[in-house]
Amino acid sequence: MNAVALVQRRRRQQARVVIACLVSGSVLLLLLGIAIGSTGLENLWAAGDDAVSLQIIRDIRAPRAIGAWLAGALLGLAGAIAQGLFRNPLADPYLLGSASGASFGVGVALVLMGSTPYATDWLARLGLTTAAFVGAVAAVLLTLLLARGVQHTLRLLLAGVVVGVVLGALGSLVMMMQPEVMLSMQSFMLGSTGFIGWAACGLMAVAWCACAAPALALSRVLDGLSLGEATATSLGLPLPRMRAALVAALALATGAAVAQTGLIAFVGLAAPHLVRSLIRGTHRMFLFAASLMGGVLLLAADTLARWLIAPQELPVGVLTAVLGGGYLLWLMNQRGEPRRGT
Amino acid sequence: MTQVPLEPVAIRASGIHASLGGVAVLHGIDLALPRGRWTSVVGPNGAGKSTLLKALAQLIPHQGTVELFGQPMTTFPARLRAQRLAWLGQNEASGDDLSVWDVAMLGRLPHQAWLAAPSLADHRAVQDALRATQAWDWRDRPLGQLSGGERQRVLLARALAVQADVLLMDEPLANLDPPHQADWLQVVRGLLAQGRTVVSVLHEISFALHADTLLIVAQGKVLHHGACADALTHRRLEQVFDQRIAIVPVAGQWVALARTGGAGDLPPGMAP
Repeated sequence: MNAVALVQRRRRQQARVVIACLVSGSVLLLLLGIAIGSTGLENLWAAGDDAVSLQIIRDIRAPRAIGAWLAGALLGLAGAIAQGLFRNPLADPYLLGSASGASFGVGVALVLMGSTPYATDWLARLGLTTAAFVGAVAAVLLTLLLARGVQHTLRLLLAGVVVGVVLGALGSLVMMMQPEVMLSMQSFMLGSTGFIGWAACGLMAVAWCACAAPALALSRVLDGLSLGEATATSLGLPLPRMRAALVAALALATGAAVAQTGLIAFVGLAAPHLVRSLIRGTHRMFLFAASLMGGVLLLAADTLARWLIAPQELPVGVLTAVLGGGYLLWLMNQRGEPRRGT
Repeated sequence: MTQVPLEPVAIRASGIHASLGGVAVLHGIDLALPRGRWTSVVGPNGAGKSTLLKALAQLIPHQGTVELFGQPMTTFPARLRAQRLAWLGQNEASGDDLSVWDVAMLGRLPHQAWLAAPSLADHRAVQDALRATQAWDWRDRPLGQLSGGERQRVLLARALAVQADVLLMDEPLANLDPPHQADWLQVVRGLLAQGRTVVSVLHEISFALHADTLLIVAQGKVLHHGACADALTHRRLEQVFDQRIAIVPVAGQWVALARTGGAGDLPPGMAP
């Protein structure tokens, strides 16, 4: 076997080990998440004999654990796409204004539900979930409109920042003018997996497939982009079309996750960084591993949030923010200054 | 059997106008770069050399036409154009997480079918390119762990791996130490021996004078295009740098020496 084949084989094996660990971790955490209830850790085998316990597991804990994993996987995938697309390790899924858009959408929906009798019926059916999704997607579309497309990365980033700030301010204005919606909006902004049912799991699973397939297929574009836009273009990559597809996948993944769980902090930022500290290589493996890592992170945080002060619960967004922020600080100190010789 | 004559010109450009940030940089450039030759583009800072190279590679919007082997570049499908014309940029961004091997393999993108794994030919091309730039020993290291000069050699390998007929390079000697600058020269000689066309923007005038022809650019226009050994080319070169350099022969090579005060500063016997 020649040297090239050995190198390739070693790298593939390393990546496979990490992927296998993440899959195993996901399964173990899913079992743990399903087993943990308001009274702490329960025996899943014994619960099979009790109809009530079985129903709680089937209708509440199982969809919640699976939903938390799916939401995390969507955010991990979106974070990896964003960091590759914008060639910025600080990019996160909310960069295009989707977080502020979702908050604003929820705020408007809450106000309309409470104040407009004619709107209440259809809004109730529409639900806050849809409002959040519509808000997130509308914010991304507004960002694209202001950036005049996806051709210019810097313009896109700046437009995303502007949309995020403006919609964030409008969301705050809604809260100030209608203080009764403040609690609900705060709850949304802290993030929660408590309301995830089987339907939400199904939606997120479909969204994951719809986003992961194009993202993995376009992973070479992200590899090419890492050498700069001019080099990527010189390699014959039709950047505008491919970038538009990646932005669509980013927006859909973020919107789907935010709509079901609210604003979960740091998962989309930390998951790609964690993967990067374990394996290095092309985006094909990286996107997949970052998505798995996102699922593991959010599921672990959700399980911890339910177990730490049981029977009470911590908002999972608070936990991801504290743990994720702490981890990134630790990682930053571990890595130190990158070596740049001449 | 009738043989179709080869197009003697690799790149022909006419009426190239280009702007950067609303400021006109190129003002109607016409040129014809010979096939199988090495052309060095030189000129003072801000002359528009890099912009010209980008316009020739179709990387920036411009007016005018650029032909590659007699065919307008705009009629080439993007992949075919990328197979025939490779580009190495100035201060090319580099994916720190990608390994040296991965970066060089990106040069094979124009040759690979979508979603297909690299072929044996791709592996061979990458291996040859990494060996040619002496980056083979780091093939498994992330690019982020390399020094500036080492990175530059990897990025050169990426451009070589394309195995294009025409190679455009913008400041390829940046960050390279003198021995590796000499190695780069050998790489270019090897490309020329294979019949490939090389166009390079160089600030190291002495290295540029190793080329076959020199394209002197000033204020967005071509001031002169001629053989590097030609006395008129030397005079034009000194003129474009305000007589602050002198082109003199040293050990059988033309070199550019900086004048600090006038021709009297040059070593004895080196006055042009």
